[in-house]
Amino acid sequence: MSDVSTTEDTAPPAGNDGPPAVRLTGITKRFPGVVANDQITFTVQPGEIHALVGENGAGKSTLMKILYGMQRPDEGTIEVKGKEVTFRSPKDAIAKGVGMVHQHFMLAAQLTVLENVILGEDPSRGGAIDFRRAKEKIQQLAKTQGVPLDVNRPVETLSVGEKQRVEIIKVLYRGADLLILDEPTGVLVPQEVEELFETLRELTAQGVTIIFISHKLDEVLQIADTVTVIRRGRTVTSVPAAELTARQLAELMVGSELPTPETRPATDLGEAALSVDDLRLRDPDAGRDLLHDITFDIRGGEVLGIAGVEGNGQAELVEVLLGLRKMSGGRVLLGGEDVTDDSTRERREGGMGYIPEDRHSRGLLLPAPLWENAMLGHQGSRPFARGALVDRDGARQRTAEIIESYDVRTPGADVAAYALSGGNQQKLIVGRELTADPRVLIAAHPTRGVDVGAQAAIWEEIRRARGEGLAVLLLSADLDELIGLSDRLMVILRGRLVAELDPQELTPEELGSYMTGAHEEVSS
Amino acid sequence: MNLRSALIRLGASLGAILLALALSSIVLLIIDRSPLEAFAAMGSYASRVDSMISIINRAVPLYVSAVAVAVGFQMKLFNIGVEGQYRIAALVAAWVGGAVALPGILHVSLIILVAALVGAAWSSIAGILKAFRGVHEVISTIMLNFIGTGLGAWLLANHFREETEGGSLIIATARIPESGRLPSLNPVLEGLGVEVPSGSDLHSFVLFAILLGVGYYVLIWRTRLGYDLRAFGANPGAAEASGVNLKRMTLITMAISGAFAGLVVMGPVLGSFHRYTTDIPIELGFTGIAVALVGRNRPVQMALAALLFAFLNRSAQILDFRGIPKEIETIIGGVIILTVVIANELARRVIQAQEVRDAAAKTARDDEEGPA
Repeated sequence: MSDVSTTEDTAPPAGNDGPPAVRLTGITKRFPGVVANDQITFTVQPGEIHALVGENGAGKSTLMKILYGMQRPDEGTIEVKGKEVTFRSPKDAIAKGVGMVHQHFMLAAQLTVLENVILGEDPSRGGAIDFRRAKEKIQQLAKTQGVPLDVNRPVETLSVGEKQRVEIIKVLYRGADLLILDEPTGVLVPQEVEELFETLRELTAQGVTIIFISHKLDEVLQIADTVTVIRRGRTVTSVPAAELTARQLAELMVGSELPTPETRPATDLGEAALSVDDLRLRDPDAGRDLLHDITFDIRGGEVLGIAGVEGNGQAELVEVLLGLRKMSGGRVLLGGEDVTDDSTRERREGGMGYIPEDRHSRGLLLPAPLWENAMLGHQGSRPFARGALVDRDGARQRTAEIIESYDVRTPGADVAAYALSGGNQQKLIVGRELTADPRVLIAAHPTRGVDVGAQAAIWEEIRRARGEGLAVLLLSADLDELIGLSDRLMVILRGRLVAELDPQELTPEELGSYMTGAHEEVSS
Repeated sequence: MNLRSALIRLGASLGAILLALALSSIVLLIIDRSPLEAFAAMGSYASRVDSMISIINRAVPLYVSAVAVAVGFQMKLFNIGVEGQYRIAALVAAWVGGAVALPGILHVSLIILVAALVGAAWSSIAGILKAFRGVHEVISTIMLNFIGTGLGAWLLANHFREETEGGSLIIATARIPESGRLPSLNPVLEGLGVEVPSGSDLHSFVLFAILLGVGYYVLIWRTRLGYDLRAFGANPGAAEASGVNLKRMTLITMAISGAFAGLVVMGPVLGSFHRYTTDIPIELGFTGIAVALVGRNRPVQMALAALLFAFLNRSAQILDFRGIPKEIETIIGGVIILTVVIANELARRVIQAQEVRDAAAKTARDDEEGPA
């Protein structure tokens, strides 16, 4: 660690006069119950590739939305080329030369490259679009990137990499000289990544400045001039990339001190509640495996934590275990019974509890009253149902119990779920899953986006349930949560479980290197 | 739903109807007719006994059609094919009814059952296409309307048409025997002291329609199936994670919707026509969509909306006699759909904002007092 400077603000590289391309000072953005950005400060020099790294949920996206004018900061200032600016909308940002290439492309598939680029920005001459001038300008832009591009091709016929280049050209066409690229490599195959990097180098050679958001450390080290690490909404450091090794970067992301696991009473471990044997999932479109040889057992009274940088197969693992996606091979046993071919309903009724990573898309019926939300996933069993009918009294009664014991702040059980804050919604979900007395709880980021109070309450409930013999599979990006709750910890990387670690004896270096694959480089 | 929300919704609906009348008045003034005179004429015509019976008889098919549409709406499935479903269902049911002779209650039950099954079978084509091939139900049901209409006309002309001596010009199925007809409710009305003009018959199918409404309510709000269906409509991702099988749900819902649709014209068929002819009312499937929309898929509200549309339809008949174009009915109907839908949405937002404020206030109070 000692060879890494931890100043918040790097000095500009020698020989570079003039104001920085962007300087963010003290940016703070709060959402109800959560501070997404806390006094973030960093500086981007003109013509550099500046990588912004951090776990999902660390605050990168919020920060970039602020820089691109999609959100207003509560505190702090933004300077572009030495002048303080206030962006009310992306339009303001573009006017100052700040452009953004989104992770998900925003292109009209049937239109040509040319039409897509000029959409909303068409050069007109006497009321008619001046296609010739636009075409020349776009071809000029494409050529400076080194690769020619046929501007008359419909976008739907382009490869993913080519579509991304159209997005970049779109932004350059509007006069941007500062590009924000949000996770640009997530959708690309390795060869396309190389081409993208080539393009980016060409652009910086022409004086364009690039902010590159990523959590793929090898790519960051390969392309960036400077790396800024963000952790839990705070700037950790800005360092020249050349001074960093993958291991050091991993450590910076994870933090130099890991939370100390609290000593907790060992429980009598019961039978294996969930056994996963050689599970595989193949992506039929890409023709590659998303999950390989996943094998583990969780016994009653045990919490198995899965650590890993997001996007390494965690979401797929959850979907396969719940039966939402069909696995390509292997077996899943729930309480000793083979559920490999069972439907989601059979698995849920067999005692599989689920706390989803995104409560709004997987966990709640927002317009429905709380009591209907409390029965979601348990709608077939008592006290929510009697035969083929819904037992309204039973459901209301049980909901009132959940509200009481899990401290859900609500005017009552008949209030619609959308009325509650995120923390209270999450407590309701945790309450409904634990009250149903499951065999196994699959908890995916169980405290994401909730305030500190709700977080502590949810952790306590999971600990209590573990003490009473529940088996828990915990997937999380929050190391406090993983280390604080898990009895055992496994690391997932590119769809494989690459290590099993003891949370009591874990070092940040060890965890970071397994999570990022730096370990492989060392051992090979 | 508490009292405050109910009042907001009631106010919004009344406001919307008043606004619709005001807008229609402007149209009448533009064509130089007195709105007051027109509305008074419509009101007095509609309050005659034969008009009231006609309004109820007209409202029943609209209501059943709206229920059929609403079943689909509950899970965000748009069954635009009620039109084709009821036509083919009524044709087959009337043909079966005319071909058999059974004791009273059995005969009527058989006809209704056949209508529901044929409606379900026809709508299930769209359900299967959606579940297994991802074909959007709006496209497939519209196409099936054309196919159903054509198929029905061909079946009627070539296979189901009654062979009559002397060659009648009317194209129709054989008459359903006495045992397969539903009695009129006129004796009940007369028992209540209402003088029913001759030629006016209150179809007893209205009672069956009320039962259908109750059945719809129980199915959607009181059964596990209905819960799954609404859960799917509210949030497909969450419903799936809770164990709802999306394909199965699409098939079931489309079939149930079609079964209701099959019963749309059973009132006129069993009550007055006693056979399937080309005079059976058409386009009820499309008006049913409007009724479901205005009635917010709720059983009672849809009944009120059906009566409203039936009232407009009947009372407009007087306008021609007063020199007012009766197309004004279509304008009022259209304007009501717009104003009510907008008012419903505004009411929903106001209620939602209220609930969010209430919950926030409650949380703040708890924080001051400490957790319970």
